[in-house]
Amino acid sequence: MPDALVEFQHLSHAFRPGRHIVIKALRDVSFSIQKGEIFGLVGESGCGKSTLARCLMNIYQPSSGRILYKGVDLCDGKARRQHRRMLQRERQLIFQDSASSLNPRMRVERIVTEPLVIQRIAPPRGSLRAEAEHQLRSVGLDASCLNKTPVELSGSQRQRVSIARALILEPELIVADEPIASLDVSIQAQIVTLFKHLQLAHGFTFLFIAHDLSMVRYLCDRTGVMRGGRLVELAPTRELFSNPLHPYTQALLSAIPFPDPLRERARPAFSAPPPEPAREGALVEVTPDHFVLQSPSCT
Amino acid sequence: MPDLLEVNRLSVRFDTPEGRILAVRDVSFSLAEGEVLAIVGESGCGKSVLCKAIARLLPKSAHVEAESILLDGVNLAGRSEREMCRLRGKLFSMVFQDPLTALDPTLPIGRQIAEAVTVHNRRLPRRAVERRVLELMDLVGMEQPQEKARMYPHQFSGGMRQRSAMAIALAASPRLLFADEPTTALDVTIQAQILDLLRDVQRKLHTSTVLVSHDLGVVARVADRVAVMYAGRIVETGTAEEVFYDPRHPYTWGLMRALPALAIEEGRPLSPIPGMPPTLLAPPRGDPFACRNEYALAIDYEQEPPLMRVSDTHWAATWLLDPRAPRISPPLGGIPHA
Ligand SMILES: Nc1ncnc2c1ncn2[C@@H]1O[C@H](COP(=O)(O)OP(=O)(O)OP(=O)(O)O)[C@@H](O)[C@H]1O
Ligand SMILES: Nc1ncnc2c1ncn2[C@@H]1O[C@H](COP(=O)(O)OP(=O)(O)OP(=O)(O)O)[C@@H](O)[C@H]1O
Ligand SMILES: [Mg+2]
Ligand SMILES: [Mg+2]
Repeated sequence: MPDALVEFQHLSHAFRPGRHIVIKALRDVSFSIQKGEIFGLVGESGCGKSTLARCLMNIYQPSSGRILYKGVDLCDGKARRQHRRMLQRERQLIFQDSASSLNPRMRVERIVTEPLVIQRIAPPRGSLRAEAEHQLRSVGLDASCLNKTPVELSGSQRQRVSIARALILEPELIVADEPIASLDVSIQAQIVTLFKHLQLAHGFTFLFIAHDLSMVRYLCDRTGVMRGGRLVELAPTRELFSNPLHPYTQALLSAIPFPDPLRERARPAFSAPPPEPAREGALVEVTPDHFVLQSPSCT
Repeated sequence: MPDLLEVNRLSVRFDTPEGRILAVRDVSFSLAEGEVLAIVGESGCGKSVLCKAIARLLPKSAHVEAESILLDGVNLAGRSEREMCRLRGKLFSMVFQDPLTALDPTLPIGRQIAEAVTVHNRRLPRRAVERRVLELMDLVGMEQPQEKARMYPHQFSGGMRQRSAMAIALAASPRLLFADEPTTALDVTIQAQILDLLRDVQRKLHTSTVLVSHDLGVVARVADRVAVMYAGRIVETGTAEEVFYDPRHPYTWGLMRALPALAIEEGRPLSPIPGMPPTLLAPPRGDPFACRNEYALAIDYEQEPPLMRVSDTHWAATWLLDPRAPRISPPLGGIPHA
């Protein structure tokens, strides 16, 4: 068994937004992320991807199950406190609306370098300003941004500032929840190329959550597909795209828009995939490393 | 089809402590009834500012100049804020990039949609409002609307929030819809459904749409016409077929080469456009794209190219179209015909 950096074991999480409403956002999810891989997570809007990311970042305490990071049980308060510094430094989150959570009154230089200040780490490039400039350049922004505040930037410039902020601690694990959805294609290409470089040259591990399946296909080593709180399929990316087995995965792949107007217009209106059976199922290894959720009665 | 929207020579600048930012420069375009125009282009090139300038949603620090902005025969340039409020929602409305900022975190979604319904129709009885809210939620594909109506934005997934924002935007059946990255937060199955919905609404109500997106797959799916922006200007415009199959501007070539779908198909790495987007603060002399353009000519560093005609509907701002320019072989003839 290769090195697992993160292991999700029977993870479940429910929200109770009202007295009689229970939302089962995660249901018995188990899989692991290997050290140094880029793991792609895709699936229906609302299927629980962000909830999973937030459990992994200890923003939510899952209702049941365990998450191991380098063997440390993240759901156990005591173990977590013991490794607090390591966990804070090694895990970073870039999320969907990162941009909107930037402090609007802080200048970009402060925003980007704040994690170094909080962790009391001396800037490797001499000064905080040099450090900020370096990180900004890697996400395609130049020094003229340093003195701006978030309101003075475009949506994507803000998002790139939050990516730079996440990278500055050179974390081991980057949980990227739709990090590039708001960026244009060329900058997406640039950031994805940067992610790939961080993986290959520095051994970063990524959990890459995205809706852009072409990007997932291009970037990720393995991909998991979620629906309704469950992991329905998991396989090496190439295998998943060439041989999708679960009906939802098939629907998902067939909905990818392709940059070709005649081909797109000829396509019939999309019909939604059938709802998932309510029965609990289990992941079955159909071919080596290719897992599919199957209900007990189907097997 | 008559033109619903006609924008003539629109410019927007911001005066900031660092200097003057030219966010939109001399942009003109028109949009027919029931047509979808997609605006694509790099981050920060002015797509959102362009839409907001027309909808008059920019902060006071923005200086907007335009010869005219005709929407359904009404000139929006020079209207007072009060008049604009009346037109908003009914004549036009918008869905924006970040649904969280458009929604009120303190009100349940149902209430927010109801407000959008009643704002233009105050005398509607409560029953009818409720019915209309459920109808709208159903229209944008929100299941179990009764339950969802009582929930708050932060309890929704990104996709659900965007659907709520869509429902609010469609509440008063607007003639013109600005959709700024409406599906970037959605999974592709729901994206496909929302895009089908957009097309549906457009066919049924003859709504015209200005769609901002950098996903050229999305653009291919719904756009009739495409405008490519760079550094505040429209640098190429044409029908979707013309821009996808026969792009003429080097920047448009760059955009296509950065697409993962095409990179995978051709088995090559992604090629980002080299260099950085220009600062709009002190634009360089000549064409702001010149320093990133491997096909730049000497004249590009001197003089910005005007929009030149390829066909009656297809225009591109590049000196390569000048009869005196050397012939080059483009890196791609666009996407090969299927
Ligand atoms: N704080 C909360 N309170 C109540 N329900 C919540 C909360 N956060 C999320 N949910 C619900 O849990 C489910 C999973 O949400 P989550 O945000 O994880 O989905 P997602 O897969 O990230 O979706 P998207 O792709 O749209 O971002 C959704 O049904 C959502 O409405
Ligand atoms: N209120 C403002 N004050 C100063 N500059 C602004 C303001 N709003 C926008 N800008 C600038 O105007 C330019 C255009 O911004 P805009 O938001 O239109 O970009 P965009 O094309 O929508 O990009 P994105 O794809 O990132 O959303 C940017 O350079 C931005 O920094
Ligand atoms: Mg999410
Ligand atoms: Mg924008």
